[in-house]
Amino acid sequence: MEKRELTCIVCPNGCHLVVEVEGKEIVNISGYECKRGLKYAEDEIIMPKRTLTTTVKAEGGHLPVVSVRTKEPIPKELLNKAVYELSRITVKPPINVGDVIVKNILSTGVDVIATRALYSK
Amino acid sequence: MAENRRAIYNRRAGYIWLCLFLRLILIAERDGKMYDVIIIGGGVVGSSIARELSKYDIKVLLIEKEDDVASGGASKANSAILHAGYDPVPGTLKAKLNVRGNEMFDELCKDLDVPMKRVGSLVAAFSQDEVDSLYKLYDRGLKNGVKNMSIISSDMVKEIEPNINDTIVAALYAKTAGIICPYGFVIALAENAAQNGVEFVFNQEVVSIDREDDVFRVKTQDSEYFSKYVVNAAGLYADVINNMVSDKHFSIHPRKGEYLILDKEEGYLANTVIFQVPTKMGKGILVSPTVDGNLLIGPTSEDIFNKEFRKTTYKGLEKAIKGAKKSVEKFNERKTITQFTGVRAVPDVDGEDFIIGESDVKGFINVAGIESPGFTSSPAIAEMVREILKDAGLKMAEKDNFNPKRKPVIRFNELTDEERNELIKREPAYGKIICRCETVTEGEIIDAIRRPVGAKSIDGVKRRVRAGMGRCQGGFCSPRVLEILSRELNVDPLSVTKFGGNSNILTAKAKEYVANLYKELLKSEV
Amino acid sequence: MMEYDIVIIGAGPAGLGAAVEAYEKGVRDILIIERDSYPGGILQQCIHNGFGLIEFKEELSGPEYAERFIEKVNKYGIKIMLNTMVLNISSDKVVKAVNQENGVMEIKAKAIILAMGCRERPRGAISIPGTRPAGIFTAGTAQRYVNMEGYMPGKEIVILGSGDIGLIMARRFTLEGATVKAVVELMPYSSGLTRNIVQCLDDFGIPLLLSHTVIEIRGKERVEGVTIAQVDENKRPILNTAKYLSCDTLILSVGLIPENELSKSAGIILDPVTGGPLVNESMETNVEGIFACGNVLQVHDLVDNVTKESRLAADSAVKYIKGLLKQEGKFINAKAGSCIRYVVPQTVNYENIDDKVKFHMRPTDVFKNAYISVKSGGKEIMRRKMQRMTPGEMILIEIKKDKFLDNDLHPVDDITFEVEVV
Repeated sequence: MEKRELTCIVCPNGCHLVVEVEGKEIVNISGYECKRGLKYAEDEIIMPKRTLTTTVKAEGGHLPVVSVRTKEPIPKELLNKAVYELSRITVKPPINVGDVIVKNILSTGVDVIATRALYSK
Repeated sequence: MAENRRAIYNRRAGYIWLCLFLRLILIAERDGKMYDVIIIGGGVVGSSIARELSKYDIKVLLIEKEDDVASGGASKANSAILHAGYDPVPGTLKAKLNVRGNEMFDELCKDLDVPMKRVGSLVAAFSQDEVDSLYKLYDRGLKNGVKNMSIISSDMVKEIEPNINDTIVAALYAKTAGIICPYGFVIALAENAAQNGVEFVFNQEVVSIDREDDVFRVKTQDSEYFSKYVVNAAGLYADVINNMVSDKHFSIHPRKGEYLILDKEEGYLANTVIFQVPTKMGKGILVSPTVDGNLLIGPTSEDIFNKEFRKTTYKGLEKAIKGAKKSVEKFNERKTITQFTGVRAVPDVDGEDFIIGESDVKGFINVAGIESPGFTSSPAIAEMVREILKDAGLKMAEKDNFNPKRKPVIRFNELTDEERNELIKREPAYGKIICRCETVTEGEIIDAIRRPVGAKSIDGVKRRVRAGMGRCQGGFCSPRVLEILSRELNVDPLSVTKFGGNSNILTAKAKEYVANLYKELLKSEV
Repeated sequence: MMEYDIVIIGAGPAGLGAAVEAYEKGVRDILIIERDSYPGGILQQCIHNGFGLIEFKEELSGPEYAERFIEKVNKYGIKIMLNTMVLNISSDKVVKAVNQENGVMEIKAKAIILAMGCRERPRGAISIPGTRPAGIFTAGTAQRYVNMEGYMPGKEIVILGSGDIGLIMARRFTLEGATVKAVVELMPYSSGLTRNIVQCLDDFGIPLLLSHTVIEIRGKERVEGVTIAQVDENKRPILNTAKYLSCDTLILSVGLIPENELSKSAGIILDPVTGGPLVNESMETNVEGIFACGNVLQVHDLVDNVTKESRLAADSAVKYIKGLLKQEGKFINAKAGSCIRYVVPQTVNYENIDDKVKFHMRPTDVFKNAYISVKSGGKEIMRRKMQRMTPGEMILIEIKKDKFLDNDLHPVDDITFEVEVV
């Protein structure tokens, strides 16, 4: 059995988690203070996920770039590819906070949404 | 045969005509770049001379290797003071020009709209031995013609400087010493010179000078300029320039000084320029208010081997702090907002006096080794150079349209509210504060860029209007200043620099950079 | 002269939060003054997530968090004066400000809430020797360039300081294609949140060099590299550990300083440790009717706490203009004792305590399994076990009203917060 120690990143509390793993099976998880911590520990062993926050180019609006994020965390290994996908698109106003900028990015089932509004100049 | 000869003749005649034609073009072109005087170097010396010569009906060009005046050398980084003139050995050029230069600043600062305060200076003695040195300085001062000096008791010193250390014994008090913003003064000189017809070229480094038919050809990396006279005011590199022309070589060696500038909160600690008793290596470490209200401490004094070795060091800064504590213990070095290093241009001549005069090459005038008190001496140096040029045969008729007044600078911070409102109504850009630490408006920044010899870089703006010079050191305003520069100069934000050359602030457009990077990556994967 | 019940300086999270709260408590005559061209303050460039977990029970990015408050401010019709810089504040609560439309204005307020935030410590303040080339940025300035202006300030980066903005920027730079060579931290611990070390550095294999510092900057026109070295326990560099890292950019994340030049103009006394005003339980400064909240008062780790503090300041301002905030009473000093760097609020007027007082503080060092002990007159009035404390994470201790009374049921003179290691 292998013990893996993690710091939960779900919230700023940063709980210290201990996951006991037998081969690929999770045997026990301890140290979490909420359900989301438990879920994080599971994901982190099976498939680590992260929320991507970045920007996309904007044209004709009051800002040169608009901030965006994935609505849910996506597999960590896809972060760089997703940034590349997003670097190739250009958005135009009007955009409201929460508008979908890219649907189902890299077939993850997760949408990329705007986190800032963009109005015409 | 005959026909053959004629053909050759015709060809030859054609060739001669062609040569003549080309030569005409060459002369025409040279005329376009033909000046009476070329000044090499845009520091305080070069700019003072340029301004002095702009009073006369002659064609003057100033060549500077950096992107701005007072940008690279000693004129940018020094003690920012006007010396009274009791330090130099009597009879030297330093002594004569210091005292004369000092006297000239009132009128100059008024004409050029440069803030200057005659706060006076103290040479503080903290032991009886040091008091003896005060009398020596006092005597020198008398011989040099310094006015308004006295040796005062510790009580009187305390009255003037309540925060000086209690160990004070006595001081030499010189009322004519002052404080000034050194680059502000140089910029003003250059602007006024330009207003009066002097031409400036920047980013051009002189690579060679030769003389043919009484005409100097001054070559820079991209161009060449012609003149009858050359004034070498190249500061630290005056030796290099001299040695391009003259057989009488000299060398300038760099002597570095490190300084700290403290927050305006600490400015109250000194009312006058507080010196210590001088040593061989210089006038020691001073504690001084700046004309803008900060506290300045330094300089250290250290001979270095590389002229470009202008960096601050742990040791140097510590030395400056420790040295300054000898005079005023109370300052808090944690309130430092910036540090810098200045380099004095020390000539390898006896007594380290200024080298000023026509060289062995006729028409080539050296103004070299202008270390302290060079700044204070500069207006007097300019007068002296004018006379040297006259003596060397340059015909100088006074212009009738010389305007001694620089176009006044609007400083939002110094206006009354009524004046501010009137101004904002007229020019709304003065209602937008860009630098919050120093209260500098967009209007002032735009003006600094549009003026003659205007700002072209972030540091150029900073030196003209103080945007970015306050306690946050540009953290807040530099992106905004960059935007204004890019708009006013009509250049891409990527090409805006900190101080010319390759000192670009930004390196790429964010989204394009990452897109290209991954494109390359994907290609290499395939 | 314009007149308002409440004037709020700054439309960042603290100012917006205070405005919404004051409105909801019944005050209508509110003015927010903001120097930028849009509200939201620094949140607009903090595009990363992690905001709002306490306040909204969701994980938002900075701009989204700001948007929630901006929507309310707009819905309530609260007036925001944008692109307007406050020049000074007088102790009788007249605010002098300037903008392009109105020129210089004087605005009289019944109560003022200071919400100016903080600024970043520059290079000079930490004295890094070397040259002065282009390519040295504070983390926040770099963040603005990348996230709002769309420009990269460099390609090969060294970050000095492991404050949260520095860590966040390490990830941003990496995602945007730059190489972050190292994060260098003078202290033996990071001043950032642990989650940020995991998701911003560990995820990308960026080394965090603790007890290290930059001892020299090299490069004439643009940064060419930095020399780093380990430091001893007195934070002095150990020269034989010096190592050169080539880079074109040095990012400084070496601390934040509350922005209190305006507070000083009003005669407000500052705490030399926090850099913010001395305040009482109501977030009121020594100048009657002037309140402070958010990073201008003390530098926070979490925006959610700023919002809470802004509510308290706004509630107090509302009470003040209704004449319900007592100025006289029994004042209790809250002191930072052993291993505590500071405590906010610094005083408590017993007469103004409703139910309890919340104290924020930071320890001087990292402690594990220690206690925070609150003492008065040598007697412990409260004790709380803390699994882990670090200077990078603010501690909240709540004390009930009755705990401030001594045996004779008189309010005590002072209370002291201490760390007790078992």
